[in-house]
Amino acid sequence: MTEAEPTRSYWRSNRRIVAGLLLLWFAVGFGVAWFARELSFGFFGWPFSFWVGAQGALLVFLAIIGVYAWVMNRMDAAQPGGDHSGHE
Amino acid sequence: MSDPGEQRRFLRRLNKVYGLYTVGLLAFIAALAAAEQAGLPKRWIGVTFLLATVALYAGIGIICRTTDAVEYYVAGRRVPAAYNGMATAADWMSAASFISMAGTMYLQGYGGLAFIMGWTGGFCLVALLLAPYLRKFGEFTIPDFLGARYGGHAPRLIGAAAAVLCSFTYVVAQIYGVGLITTRLTGVAFEVGIFLGLGGVLVCSFLGGMRAITWTQVAQYIVLLVAYLVPVVWLSVKQTGVPVPQAVYGGQLQKLTQREKELMADPRELEVIALYKARADGYAARLQDVPGALALERAEARRQITALRRAGAPLADLQAAEKQLLAIPADEAAARMAWTQAQQAAEARARPLGGMLPHGTPFAGDPDGSPAEQAAFDDSRRNFIALVFCLMVGTAALPHILVRSYTTPSVRQARQSVTWSLFFILLLYLSAPALAVLVKYEVFTGLVGTPFDHLPAWISNWAKVDPTLLSVTDINRDGVLQLGEIRIGGDIVVLATPEIAGLPYVVSGMVAAGGLAAALSTADGLLLTISSALSHDLYYRTLDPKAAGGLRVMISKVMLLLVAMAAAALATQKPADIVFLVAAAFSFAASAFFPALVLGVFWKRANRRGAVLGMVVGLSVTLYYMALNEPWLRGLLGVQAPGQLWFGIQSISAGVFGVPAGFAATVIGSLLSAPPGPQSQAFVDALRRP
Repeated sequence: MTEAEPTRSYWRSNRRIVAGLLLLWFAVGFGVAWFARELSFGFFGWPFSFWVGAQGALLVFLAIIGVYAWVMNRMDAAQPGGDHSGHE
Repeated sequence: MSDPGEQRRFLRRLNKVYGLYTVGLLAFIAALAAAEQAGLPKRWIGVTFLLATVALYAGIGIICRTTDAVEYYVAGRRVPAAYNGMATAADWMSAASFISMAGTMYLQGYGGLAFIMGWTGGFCLVALLLAPYLRKFGEFTIPDFLGARYGGHAPRLIGAAAAVLCSFTYVVAQIYGVGLITTRLTGVAFEVGIFLGLGGVLVCSFLGGMRAITWTQVAQYIVLLVAYLVPVVWLSVKQTGVPVPQAVYGGQLQKLTQREKELMADPRELEVIALYKARADGYAARLQDVPGALALERAEARRQITALRRAGAPLADLQAAEKQLLAIPADEAAARMAWTQAQQAAEARARPLGGMLPHGTPFAGDPDGSPAEQAAFDDSRRNFIALVFCLMVGTAALPHILVRSYTTPSVRQARQSVTWSLFFILLLYLSAPALAVLVKYEVFTGLVGTPFDHLPAWISNWAKVDPTLLSVTDINRDGVLQLGEIRIGGDIVVLATPEIAGLPYVVSGMVAAGGLAAALSTADGLLLTISSALSHDLYYRTLDPKAAGGLRVMISKVMLLLVAMAAAALATQKPADIVFLVAAAFSFAASAFFPALVLGVFWKRANRRGAVLGMVVGLSVTLYYMALNEPWLRGLLGVQAPGQLWFGIQSISAGVFGVPAGFAATVIGSLLSAPPGPQSQAFVDALRRP
């Protein structure tokens, strides 16, 4: 299977971005939860770990998805023959 | 529909239609509120809400009816990202999210956050690992993808079977929720309620498939969001004066924690706890010598009857005493079982705060306490993490959510659509923990301490629907309600919130309509997934590849009807609680689909044998663990072997073993057989290209 070089580098950077974002996802989703008891200091009225579970983690998840969609859609548009549809 | 100009016009038209719809909905609610002030009876308000919303959904279904396969299975692939996100959010937020989630948090405090984190974090996996590639592939179902990637019938058929299994488990929970709400809203019997709600689902998905479901779900999303937010905002204004509960409930949580400390030291609460403890000890003593205790109890009951007869007591008293004699377990085994259960139940309530943990403290036990406390802490933390894991991976593997990647016009919009989905989901999910805290504060400060003859009406109303969901008993006979004397089921917290907070009945009707919208929208999506698996994957792709589009849609509709009936029949048995059924569906989906799908995109070496092995092993491990440890399933399957927990993980998180097993089996199976052919290599390359 021969692949064009730009396609391969596109896939490589995609994988790198996915890995980075998943690392952040893991740290927020599981890291904070594992140390929840230790991280119970006050945070605007909430215990910190409770706030992360109820709001902080959720907002980070949304940011992760938003950033990924934005970066990838820009990368796609920059590719020759990439997807330009819905581009305004 | 690839022309951007046409897409823009379509989007503008949608904005206008749904804008008008939202205004109409608010006007409808306002009109009912005015009618209530003018003296419209409560029952009529409930019935109006029920009929109006179900008629609306059915109406959309009739307008969107179709027999075209692309329209029926994937809504013509032209749903704009934001609307697809909204439809996915409604598809996603089921009776479990709407009805049970805040209730679970009410009962478990921090432990309930596993659901919040798990059900949102999973979307990261969907967006990063699956959605763009599925859209790029662009067929009809998830088994389609497995069939195309791995080749042959086996992966597709196993995929279809797993899709049916997890969607069916899930849909039973939704229909149970529908029954619960209709019963409360209209006062009809539970079984009748189920079939009433089912009518609404069927008209919609039966006529219009994915197209009707998508546009109905957008309408349902708006109903359920309004219905969820109004009571939370109202409660927040009532308690804090600020209409943004998400920002201010931290303060209420502090006050709640303070109140929890007071209640833990309250002498009357301690009295109730001591009484439960005594009760538990009483059962424990009887369990020491079951035959002796049984004989003693019978003799005592007989003695009482004789005494009553001799005294010429009224017939009613005599009958009551005879009933008591009959209620004594028939034999030793039955007595042992009944008393063990009663002992455990009493034991569970002989704890501070009626068995609830302090709301803001993560995990049970104490890492620095006695060995037993340390073990409880470790166990609780492990289970929390395992549950979060299962829910996240399950989210990224549920066919009815993944199939949503097919309905957008492009890969670009598929990525944006997931972002929109999570955004719309967060609007509700950020409010649920706030609702739990505000309701708990209301109950702990407002309700606890009320004299029994002044209890609000909602308590007896809900106790009538199902006494296992709510019951109050004056255990220490002081005529005042203590926290320890309330038993409340998680499934009614949200539905009863308006009444707990003393809001007008129209809000109760609206919340019930919102819960109904949540359950119906999810049930729609699930039923369609099941019927597509049967009609598209089993019939069209495997049995009769020449079948015409119209025939396929016809078969799908018949399947839909049959599956809906079967699910309703099972739901009338009230199998288990909603949250458990839903969580089980997540574990099934996670272990069956996630490894095969992700490795299918990210590992070229994965081949058919590996995928088949992975799906079968993953699903088997999960099923085995659940059948071994879940009491309801044990009873159903007649499992005799003693239950055994691995690492103390509860059966609700069985996927935590199934998923790694599935990954390992896929890798081993692939490496032990020949690499996949050039066709599937080319397939993966095409997926990865921009």
